Amino acid sequence: MFDELLLTVLLTSVPLILAATGELVVERSGVLNLGVEGMMLMGAVAAFGAASLSGSPYIGIVSGGLAGMAVAAVFALFVLGLATNQVATGLALTIFGTGLSGLIGAPLVGQAIDGLPSMTLPLLSDIPLIGAFFKLDIMAYLSILIVALTSLFLMRSRAGLILRSVGINHDSAHALGYNVLQVRFFAILFGGFMAGLGGAYLPLVLTPHWAEGMTAGRGWIALALVVFASWQPWRVTIGAVLFGGVTIMQLAGQARGWTIPAQFLSMMPYLATIVVLVTISGRGRNVFGAPAHLGKRFFMTR
Amino acid sequence: MFILKPRKSVPLSLTLLVPIVAIALTLMMGGVIFGFLGYNPIEALYEFFVAPLSRPDQIGNLLVKACPLIIIGTGLVFCYRANVWNIGAEGQLVLGAMGAGWLALSFPDAQSPLFILAMAAAAMVAGGLWGAIPALLKIRFRTNEILVSLMLTYVAALLLDWIVRGPWRDPMSFGFPLTKTYPDAGLIPALILPGIGRLGQLHWGVVFAFLIAACGWFYLSKMLSGYQIKLMGDAPRAGRFAGFSQPRNTIAVLVISGALAGLAGMIEVSANIGQLQPNVSFGYGFTAIIVAFLARLNPLAVIVAGLVVALAELGGDTAQISMGIPKVVTGIFKGILLFMLLAGETLTRYELVRVKAHHTQDQQGRS
Amino acid sequence: MRKMLTSLGAMLAGIAMSISAAHADKLKVGFVYLTNPGDHGWTYAHEVGRQQLQDHFGSKIETTYVENVPEGPDAARVIRELVGQGNKVIFTTSFGYMEPTLKVAKENPDVMFDHITGYKRAGNMATGNIRFYEGRYVQGVVAGLTTKSNTIGYLGAFPIPEVIQGINAFARGLRSVNKDASIKVVWVNSWYDPVKESDAAKVLIAEGADVLAQHTDSPAMLQTAEKAGVKGFGQSSDMHDFAPKAQLFSSVNNWGPYYIAQVQKVLDGKWSTGDGPDHWAGNTWKGIGDDFLVLSEFKNMPASVAKKAEAARAGIASGTLNIFEGPMKDNQGNMVLEAGKVLDDGGLWGMNYYVEGVEGRIPN
Repeated sequence: MFDELLLTVLLTSVPLILAATGELVVERSGVLNLGVEGMMLMGAVAAFGAASLSGSPYIGIVSGGLAGMAVAAVFALFVLGLATNQVATGLALTIFGTGLSGLIGAPLVGQAIDGLPSMTLPLLSDIPLIGAFFKLDIMAYLSILIVALTSLFLMRSRAGLILRSVGINHDSAHALGYNVLQVRFFAILFGGFMAGLGGAYLPLVLTPHWAEGMTAGRGWIALALVVFASWQPWRVTIGAVLFGGVTIMQLAGQARGWTIPAQFLSMMPYLATIVVLVTISGRGRNVFGAPAHLGKRFFMTR
Repeated sequence: MFILKPRKSVPLSLTLLVPIVAIALTLMMGGVIFGFLGYNPIEALYEFFVAPLSRPDQIGNLLVKACPLIIIGTGLVFCYRANVWNIGAEGQLVLGAMGAGWLALSFPDAQSPLFILAMAAAAMVAGGLWGAIPALLKIRFRTNEILVSLMLTYVAALLLDWIVRGPWRDPMSFGFPLTKTYPDAGLIPALILPGIGRLGQLHWGVVFAFLIAACGWFYLSKMLSGYQIKLMGDAPRAGRFAGFSQPRNTIAVLVISGALAGLAGMIEVSANIGQLQPNVSFGYGFTAIIVAFLARLNPLAVIVAGLVVALAELGGDTAQISMGIPKVVTGIFKGILLFMLLAGETLTRYELVRVKAHHTQDQQGRS
Repeated sequence: MRKMLTSLGAMLAGIAMSISAAHADKLKVGFVYLTNPGDHGWTYAHEVGRQQLQDHFGSKIETTYVENVPEGPDAARVIRELVGQGNKVIFTTSFGYMEPTLKVAKENPDVMFDHITGYKRAGNMATGNIRFYEGRYVQGVVAGLTTKSNTIGYLGAFPIPEVIQGINAFARGLRSVNKDASIKVVWVNSWYDPVKESDAAKVLIAEGADVLAQHTDSPAMLQTAEKAGVKGFGQSSDMHDFAPKAQLFSSVNNWGPYYIAQVQKVLDGKWSTGDGPDHWAGNTWKGIGDDFLVLSEFKNMPASVAKKAEAARAGIASGTLNIFEGPMKDNQGNMVLEAGKVLDDGGLWGMNYYVEGVEGRIPN
């Protein structure tokens, strides 16, 4: 019973881990992309459509990632090429992505696909209590690998150092001869690919369906999660499982006769994010890895 | 390579041209998308942007749809001029609707014609307080107002959801998540035009929307404290030298925009719904951001911008009824329009200049 | 340039004329939908009904629909828009359209309105509804004979009378064959949210349920059941194709006959606000006996179970089986209906309790 509940929690957290890890890298480079929800939806519809046409969920995974990346490239063009306001451009991306995914998906509504099979690892999955960790699917396992690699990249590699320094102060990074726009461009593409993967996970694993706006706010949760994790990749994983746990507990709680209104449980992630923001912002910025130039426009004027 | 170079002065013609070009480009792209989907582009654009205005009552409906966008948009202009990024107007709207609803449900026998004003005040207080949270946290803890106001939007939506399903639910609603209907004194009456009569859903709230936008314009362009808001946004250091207080400015604009969003929520419910339900807004708070940008942060232009965006919303329905075009196309239009406007904004402030070698000195612009 | 503009103008005018002149003599019938008709649930069932209506009358009528209409002020505008485009009969197919429909009906006395599942009426506004709960009793019978864990999972959208009736009818059917089985209810707070429905189904399975029922609209629950190897019931339309091994049967909403009857009356000039008594549910409120509710083929169950299900169905259709007949206790043990008495329709709409066999309490 616990085992199955835990499995459900883990499944719910995978799209959050994927999208939030992508956004984390984007924000570490100093760009705030509020278009996560739109990119996830594009990933979801592309993954569903591709899986439906090709019959292969694996083609769906790749298509989802690429679709997220494609719309992220539009975002990059505007915020980097034209130095447009990041907040408004991100919102435009979400509005646009929500609409476009709905339009592309209109003929797909009501269809069903074969989802991604689960890959139960022998022996490990029989361990009591934590066996659920080994009953997931290829995307879930990969998401953990990606978090590990992202963490290594950011903290241990030279390229990661450059990316972080661009986020902390783009002017100094530029003065040191780093190509700020190029670094951010790749970061945004990576973020788009990951958001696309996160979106793809919904129709490929969670429910083999396409429905308009099916991400239902997960993109915003992913944004909250990055802050909640204070821009540390591994904390994203922990946060995502906590957030997933809250989602599942409000359903499981009902089945067990809890009386706390579901809405208050649903509020937790958002309130927790505000609390974390207050805690980390109050103690000075860079101790916790918040990129100081997050959301600020970068102009090369000369 | 190309770089962006600030213009020494922005010609008025460019200021006016940008929104027009942005709209034209959006329409062209929309036409291409329609063609791509197998619809006749001209017919589709006609159904989207002309047909919704082919009857007088539809003009009334357009004004009604634009009403919350204009009110919220005016408030957002204050914020964005001050370089304070409130994107939580949706939540402030919900709180406003709840504040007014609390009054309307507490006094079911209210009869005074002033009652509606009390409700408006309650809505503005509730919305303003909700808007003050990100401001206070920003000042006290240096938190990012974008993230806090966004998070509070979700909290507000869940709060309303809980309250209409739980404590405020009408016991006679058969379990449906609806409150009691407001007393008549808590409703905004339809606007009867002399010689024409009723025009669709047109109500008195629309008149107030126009007034609010006009007042906003007057305040921002003619009053010293209005100038202060813009100065603190564009050049905070100069503003501080001039003796203005940055924290006070931040609180002021967030409270103003929160209060206006709250008022929009109250008008929306009192004029169109008459009771609280789990959904009262349908994204006005976010759409108003587009309106503020389309208006190039000018409250008078907000009126026009609000009408243009509202037209795209109405067009979604007409195009669907007559041609079967999915309604989500409206979202695509809104998204593209915002993209175009943002690009236009950059190109009015800066010019693309070709340079040979690049120097390392650069300048950090407005964030 | 001027030439181009002139020709463009002529084109626009031409389009406008062709749009307004088309089919002026046909009776125009409009439908307002809550979601996309491809949902395979509630709206899909209405869309099937609309197509039956169009096929039945052929060139005599012209039907249109508007999808994804939120329940709020937008609904009133969309209904007005349908009126403005010349529709003379308008079906609004969700409870939340009640007030908007009423408002527009009062403004347009020459247009006939038909609101589905509401209880407010006007001289030109009828209400229609289906006795959905009848199908759920049969589901309960099948569930009681199928379950091994004696735990039934039930997904509810909102705790409104229609859904409570369904849960209680299900419990009556369940307990009529299996005294040990009980129902765990999870509220999804949405009619259509495939991801959440699927999450809720997983949670219920984790809590021990081996038969799932739903009062939400997507096939997500059945797909989850199929994957987990448990059984379930479809909703609104036959969802067999989504879960060939899991679906026991589905209660199919059959709106076609109602729509055809109502439009026929308009064509004959005999339209009235309804033919039944003045129910809370609508003045037309019919169920299995009138084919408003159709049960899809009984599958994935032994013949003996199918036989009992068929017997229950037939009993409800003929009126020999009363679902809510005393003695009936609520799940706190209080007697709510004395022996020999039958709950009337008013009692059905006043249900604010769970009957025996349902766990927990109705959220307030």
